[in-house]
Amino acid sequence: MITEEFTGAVALTVNGRKVEVGARPDMRLSRLLREELGLTGTKVGCDAGDCGACTVLIDEEQACACLVSAAQLEGRRVQTIEGLAEDPIGPALQRSFHHHGAAQCGICTPGMLMASLELLRRVEKVDRPMVETALGGVLCRCTGYLKICDAVLDAQNFLEPDDGLAGEDVSHIGDGGPSGFKSTALSQDLAAEMASAVGARVARLDGLSKLDGSEIYGADQAPEGALWLRAIRSPHWRAGFVIGDLGAFVSNEPGIFRVLTAVDVPGENSFGIFPDTKDQPVFAEGETRYRGEAVAAIIGERAAIDAFDVRRFPIRWEPLEPVLGIEAALSPNAHKVHVSRPDNVLVRGWVEKGDIDTAFRDCAHMAEGVFSTRFVEHAYIEPEAGFARRVGDRVEVFASTQAPYMSRDEVARVLGLEPGDVRIIPSACGGGFGGKLDVSLQPMLAIAAWQMGVPVRSVYTRPESMASTTKRHPSAISASAACDAQGRITAYAMEGDFDTGAYASWGPTVAGRVPVHGAGPYRVPNVLNRARAIYSNGPIAGAFRGFGVPQAAIAHEALYDELAEKCGLDRLEFRLLNALRIADETATGQVLQASAGLDRCLEALRPHWKRMLDEARTLNEKSAVTRRGAGIACMWYGIGNTALSNPSRMRIALTREGKLLFFNGAVDIGQGSTTVLTQIAADALGLPVSAFTIVAGDTDKTADAGKSSASRQTFVSGKAAENAALALRAEILRHTNAGPGARFSLQGSALTVEGKSESSVIDLSSSPSGADGIVFEGVGDFDPPTEPLDVKGQGVPYATYGFAAQIVALDVDMSLGTVRLERFVAAHDVGRAINPTLVEGQIHGGIAQGIGLALMEEYVPGRTENLHDYLIPSFGDVPAIEIILIEAPEPLGPFGAKGVGEPALVPAAPAILSGIRHATGVSIRDIPALPHRVRAALEAAGVATEI
Amino acid sequence: MAIYLRPASLKAALSTLAQASGKGRSAHPLTVLAGGTDIYPTRAGKQAWLESFPRDFLDITQIPQLRGIRRDGRAILIGAATTWTDIVAARLPPAFDALKQAALQIGGLQIQNRGTLGGNIVNASPAADGVPPLLALDAEVDIASVRGERSVPLASFIRGNRQTGLARDELVVAIRLPGHRASSRSLFLKLGARSHLVISIVSVAMLLDQGADGTIADIRITVGAASAVPTRLAALEAELRGERLDASLIERVTPGLFSVLTPLDDVRASSHYRRAAARILVRRALANFMEPQVEEVAA
Ligand SMILES: Cc1cc2nc3c(=O)[nH]c(=O)nc-3n(C[C@H](O)[C@H](O)[C@H](O)COP(=O)(O)OP(=O)(O)OC[C@H]3O[C@@H](n4cnc5c(N)ncnc54)[C@H](O)[C@@H]3O)c2cc1C
Ligand code: FES
Ligand code: FES
Repeated sequence: MITEEFTGAVALTVNGRKVEVGARPDMRLSRLLREELGLTGTKVGCDAGDCGACTVLIDEEQACACLVSAAQLEGRRVQTIEGLAEDPIGPALQRSFHHHGAAQCGICTPGMLMASLELLRRVEKVDRPMVETALGGVLCRCTGYLKICDAVLDAQNFLEPDDGLAGEDVSHIGDGGPSGFKSTALSQDLAAEMASAVGARVARLDGLSKLDGSEIYGADQAPEGALWLRAIRSPHWRAGFVIGDLGAFVSNEPGIFRVLTAVDVPGENSFGIFPDTKDQPVFAEGETRYRGEAVAAIIGERAAIDAFDVRRFPIRWEPLEPVLGIEAALSPNAHKVHVSRPDNVLVRGWVEKGDIDTAFRDCAHMAEGVFSTRFVEHAYIEPEAGFARRVGDRVEVFASTQAPYMSRDEVARVLGLEPGDVRIIPSACGGGFGGKLDVSLQPMLAIAAWQMGVPVRSVYTRPESMASTTKRHPSAISASAACDAQGRITAYAMEGDFDTGAYASWGPTVAGRVPVHGAGPYRVPNVLNRARAIYSNGPIAGAFRGFGVPQAAIAHEALYDELAEKCGLDRLEFRLLNALRIADETATGQVLQASAGLDRCLEALRPHWKRMLDEARTLNEKSAVTRRGAGIACMWYGIGNTALSNPSRMRIALTREGKLLFFNGAVDIGQGSTTVLTQIAADALGLPVSAFTIVAGDTDKTADAGKSSASRQTFVSGKAAENAALALRAEILRHTNAGPGARFSLQGSALTVEGKSESSVIDLSSSPSGADGIVFEGVGDFDPPTEPLDVKGQGVPYATYGFAAQIVALDVDMSLGTVRLERFVAAHDVGRAINPTLVEGQIHGGIAQGIGLALMEEYVPGRTENLHDYLIPSFGDVPAIEIILIEAPEPLGPFGAKGVGEPALVPAAPAILSGIRHATGVSIRDIPALPHRVRAALEAAGVATEI
Repeated sequence: MAIYLRPASLKAALSTLAQASGKGRSAHPLTVLAGGTDIYPTRAGKQAWLESFPRDFLDITQIPQLRGIRRDGRAILIGAATTWTDIVAARLPPAFDALKQAALQIGGLQIQNRGTLGGNIVNASPAADGVPPLLALDAEVDIASVRGERSVPLASFIRGNRQTGLARDELVVAIRLPGHRASSRSLFLKLGARSHLVISIVSVAMLLDQGADGTIADIRITVGAASAVPTRLAALEAELRGERLDASLIERVTPGLFSVLTPLDDVRASSHYRRAAARILVRRALANFMEPQVEEVAA
């Protein structure tokens, strides 16, 4: 070729430093930064411009680093998160983000911060719309954007260091990977230093590393010389396949050293959540059951893997007729997805109480309907990533996960090892929401590292992540509800089918949870709720914030709206009349002993609700095309596993050096458990949060805290942390003979115990200790008391429940069928808000995901396998949210606390649908309510306008 | 070894393309790379399934005459490698408002800062937001190769969903917008399922010139994302031309005048919906022109 060929070296300035890099000219800037320059603060969520996590500044302008070629950087100035602090406004932004809790999982944060920097340099006085436009190119799946917006608006007030990060440093021992401990200095708000940490807006203890790019996620680290792994996946819904000569293949592919298939799995080629549902192979054998299923993995050098064209892989596919959707899977001559389930029904769940036949016969009013929802993708911004290596006869896996102990057991099973021979080191988790409970790449990596004896790493591409990992179950629910003339609910019956896709995953949990919650948080004397999880050749449906309860809530809330109308009651009053209260009996016959604050939630919402209704009335007098609606929905949510033991263990220890070590195996997936558990431990022990050093989840160092799901960490692990702290406190008191009210203080290695009359000082450095230097320790356990459900589903499935009610004001465009949300007011009974900022963050994020569920999210395999076509709420899609925290203390919980992670999401979608119905008179039952579905419903009802 | 060329002149670029697309020994198809905001996402999709993708690039972002906006007699020329941000920042007559409004709704700032007008039209997506405003401006595409230069109407340049009439050795050099009356106003309406970063379900660009007597002297209406190629509604334009611009016109925007559209049924919307939405957006655009004009305060 002629002239001007790129030489392969590019000279640019990165964060003020001139660098010359030899890189392939078409290499993406994101990769150049991360792999050539080691600047892993710039995140990659999609490689396609869709998520904005990779946002950097090029000559002061925002750009997606994944869309810029190395060659285009010649002579340019690039600024990344690592250089943020050099700009005067940079630290102010970091402090403001920290203060406002604007980073949850933190994976979007570098992109958000760089976009904010660009804006604040350009404009001095910013307003909300400006922030929305400037940050509109970055997606966040955790926060609902509101706190990010607040943080940017407020940044000018954090120019002085004292304003934000004052207070003592808390040291945090996270894990910098197997290489050992990494210590990060952390700070927190002064509030934490005050008498009580519980209830204070302590800034996240693991927060600062999320703000300067130093947090280590799954893709950010691997041992020197690690090989790369890519899975070979089925492009067909269902297919038979024959793999050819792999020996010949490997010898013809320089740089590719090994291919793994089912025969290379040393242990069981199967995994799954429950002992009796381990139906998913690491590598398919004979037949693939869904698009994206792995049949093999190639392992080799980066360049060879990058250049590999799958057409060279020796495989012959024979596409087979797939079973798609619930109806097809249930048809009598449908193909059996698994031989063990001839009818494709994986499992049935059942709750029966009273006599529904009589109740429906004798009722004053009745409402019924059929509801359907689609596959919904978690769309965490961090795709699965990690590495594995063999250490002697053990294996270590570093990866993004919500459930390190479950991962450990799955990896041990496929390797044929004892669980103790597997070490799982969770990376920082860039969002999970249920999707990182199941293992994804861990078994493949572990097998490769085990077989090859070298470290092996992998990073899923976005489409691979979307195609191969779990989804929210699509549902088909038919339900009916009845009430008496006064509006008291007398009966509820539902039959729900949930498409669990090719493998079981959490299908049984969904089928178990739905019947329990299916009639809603109300007193319903007669109930018949049935749910089934159905196999198909669709994507695997697993756990997703709510385990089927959000889908069920869409049905019951719509029917209760109708009943309220039929008996002439306001929708809020109808719910208040029927709300479950203390001493009421649930659908499973459980009598609520405490902490049932739904009535208080509704009462707190009443004035807001009146205002919303008034506004709607006034606005609708003037406008026919834009109709205002007010929507309402309630929910309840059992905290923890359904009628199953789910213990957690925490350990707190004081060392000779005066270090207060908190061994905490609960994975903080952005929800803030590290901070919340430390607040609880601090108050229970009687030392400030700043005294703690956190040893984060690592299956070798911490005890099993269970998984970060089912909204259980605050309640279950929080109680364990409280128990551990109390045990430690008791041990110290025993040692000093001080009374129970003694006050502690810790200065270096001197622990002062101040009793009523006298005080004593323990010199820890000269106290007897174990080999690990530990002088005192406390271990705490908690397993919430539940009772198994009987054949009719009666029993005590959960120790406690979260309750909430949300209302929303929205506008429906009666011509286009589009919905604009005006504002939410959310009242949540959380028992006790250990950290109000974090609770608010969960509620914002849950509502944002509920908005997605209600209005836009629909995963279609092969069609919406990226964040371009799969739409999640963007900046500007989440309206103002006013939060009312109700504290109906749960005696079993730590300081009265329950969970909030999932409860935040459940009512949002039904509230929106209730609002649409109020605005238009039309009930949308085929979810999501995309504009074309809304318009079709308006047309069918003859109320669509044409202008 | 992949080829990556980044010539600094148009001449060099064209001769490179000519050689690359010839039949000789040095023939080697090259992909023209501008902002990369379509090319790299496409690559990501291929990489995900380990499929092959173009690796040999002719990068045109170093060629000065391809970027920027200038006058050529009565016409305005927008260089092919001009970014959306450049367009937003440029001083342009009101007839270009629709183009600016489209530019502001393409991706986020990250995309607007690097994505180019040339890339948008050559990529030829049915939902390309640059195309409806350009069609309403009667845009022509200036094309060059070593064989010479030619100019073709944009309407015939885009031949179908992701198909253009560009030969392998040709580059789009500029978009040529013939002269417009200073009184022409324009508007772009985009409908998507979320507020940022969204591909159009349907879009409408309308350019309108009102005579001194209040009648419509000229009107151009284009609908995007409702056919394989964004489409001018000639019959509707004819229906409205010469009429008084008042509320009664809304009723004249009837379904029959949209029969040229051939919208798709897909995950974003049904075909039926796209037709209805196109009609509604056109009515709203018209209504918008009827609102009393606010005098712009001179800066
Ligand atoms: C997150 C995201 C959001 C987006 N949102 C929108 C949107 O809302 N609306 C919209 O319309 N588009 C959108 N796009 C698509 C894209 O940004 C635009 O089409 C953009 O204008 C493409 O320009 P480019 O310079 O980046 O093209 P490139 O990717 O560089 O090139 C695109 C194609 O054009 C060819 N090409 C480019 N320049 C020339 C030339 N001068 N001569 C010949 N061939 C050429 C290339 O070979 C390639 O085939 C979005 C993209 C992303 C990633
Ligand atoms: S990684 Fe670049 S936008 Fe997602
Ligand atoms: S904090 Fe934004 S994606 Fe997690």
